Amino acid sequence: MTQQTTARYTWGGDEFLFVEIAEGMSLEANFISNSIANALEARDLAGIVDICPANASLLVRFDPDILPWQELEQVVHVLEDEVRASTNKVLETRIIEIPVWYNDPYTNETGARFREGYHQRPEGNDLDFAAEVNGLADAEEFIKRHHESPWLVSMVGFVAGLPFLFQLVEREKQLEVPKYLSPRTDTPALTVGYGGCFSCVYSVRGAGGYQMFGIAAAPIFDPSQALEDFADFMIFFKPGDIVKFKPVDEAEYRRIRAEVEAGTFRYRQTPIDFHLQTALADPDGYTLSLLEALNGI
Amino acid sequence: MAFDILEAGLSTTVQDQGRIGYYRFGIPQGGSMDQYSATLANRLVGNTAAEAVLECTYIGPKLVTRADAVIAVTGAPVDVFVNGEIRAEYERITLVAGDELKFGVIKGGTKYFIAVHGGIDVPEVLGSRSTYPIGAIGGVEGRALAAGDLVPVGAAIDNGLPALQSIDVVDRPVFSRDVNVRVMLGLYDHHLSAEGLESLLTSEWVLTPVADRMGLRYSGPGVGWKDREQPFGAGQDPSNIVDAGYAVGSIQIPGGTQPIILHRDAVSGGGYAMVATVISADMDLVARCSPGTKTRFVAVTMDQALDARHDYSARAARIWS
Repeated sequence: MTQQTTARYTWGGDEFLFVEIAEGMSLEANFISNSIANALEARDLAGIVDICPANASLLVRFDPDILPWQELEQVVHVLEDEVRASTNKVLETRIIEIPVWYNDPYTNETGARFREGYHQRPEGNDLDFAAEVNGLADAEEFIKRHHESPWLVSMVGFVAGLPFLFQLVEREKQLEVPKYLSPRTDTPALTVGYGGCFSCVYSVRGAGGYQMFGIAAAPIFDPSQALEDFADFMIFFKPGDIVKFKPVDEAEYRRIRAEVEAGTFRYRQTPIDFHLQTALADPDGYTLSLLEALNGI
Repeated sequence: MAFDILEAGLSTTVQDQGRIGYYRFGIPQGGSMDQYSATLANRLVGNTAAEAVLECTYIGPKLVTRADAVIAVTGAPVDVFVNGEIRAEYERITLVAGDELKFGVIKGGTKYFIAVHGGIDVPEVLGSRSTYPIGAIGGVEGRALAAGDLVPVGAAIDNGLPALQSIDVVDRPVFSRDVNVRVMLGLYDHHLSAEGLESLLTSEWVLTPVADRMGLRYSGPGVGWKDREQPFGAGQDPSNIVDAGYAVGSIQIPGGTQPIILHRDAVSGGGYAMVATVISADMDLVARCSPGTKTRFVAVTMDQALDARHDYSARAARIWS
């Protein structure tokens, strides 16, 4: 895959600058997008309204009455050059454990309602389909591949607090699953989904086109801010977060739900520095060191 | 002070100037879909432009005021009734405690706005009172109004301006069934074939009934895409991209068939190529269109978009001077 040496700058009307780092998804492109976003945030420029880093691109909303568009483009160009030239490609972030009940009855029931006209394969469930298109033996093997290596939150959005996740494995090991042929009108809240090379966790109930593999046990969007993890903000995930999915059975899922109801649930998480070059050079070894950080809590 | 909601209407929500700055988390800007109409209503009742109003969709609510109130209705043409007597839109209306407000059949557009002196006084969430139903925040319990709701109205405001009895006809918005919407090409327009681009800009697109605060879908001849190898992670259809942030007002054409304009409650990102964006000055115009409206997308430059933005601001500023 060719890595673009400079981003493509284009405009979404008179209020949005769109910066495409690369056409294809890669860890490097995402790292550059997030780094430019952080650097732009740090500049605290008058007229910047919203900075939305995405998988391999960046969307910046600005007020052209305050910040002339030519000036914004110039500033971002300079930041892009700085980010690309920097040898210190380290992201201060955290690793979080997300308990998931894979192959659960909630998503399976919903999946069964959206087969004919929605799904590529009417028989079996979404996990069976995902295993088949990836040449894996069965759903169990797919589930193992999904949770054994950690993921990077490459973007937050679509709806409130929904994380897109990109798995920290070599390109050859990356799982790819087509989206539904036509989007469902219903998806249970906290469904763990999959489309293209991205996993996601649906923060709220609603429409969705990603394949459904399981259900996360604890909320990731909490407008009531009842849980401790939401004391500062109603949205849990930030771009750059590292996620380790932990498979749980029904009993553990119910136990976590009870803790959520009681207001006592806390996510297991710990701060880490994410080193891009190490992650690219030795994905498997680096994955182990990330997991050790989490296991050391 | 409060309104008792006897009937909710089809989809009546609390809206203001929007919840700006949280799009990065997937929370849309929201706000009155037709900002200019909403600002006229606020001007008539003696508010500032920032007060929250009720946005009505096709069928408005039936409500009773618990105290004397000054209200105004603006936006899409509709008959306004106070205790069964017809009253004019775009005029200041005085209600006394116990008066009943209801509406006739909408005669154009889709959205009209009820402002009340003091503003709709639901709690602010992330700096705005606008309703975001998917995230269940803002408005009344994060949802559209329901019968039985008590909608709080804020205390009196002094906006420092002389009272205005009615909006001059020249200052009122027009509700047309045939519109030119100005757009700026860009984002992923280079993925369109030459014929696809020409089709986008020369075809007559017709607004379908699949239109709401999130987006508006148009029927027409469709567009073609250039042949290309899809990059890693983008998905197989030529209309797919690696999921990216969506500009508010951007136009995507899933499968190349029906263009969708994302509006104020847009999803913040996704995997469909955007090929143009409605300029900020024409977002209200799009909000005023009802299904069946013939629409042409007219390409303008950034400078033309900024001139139009300036004209829009100047028009709104005149109302507040």
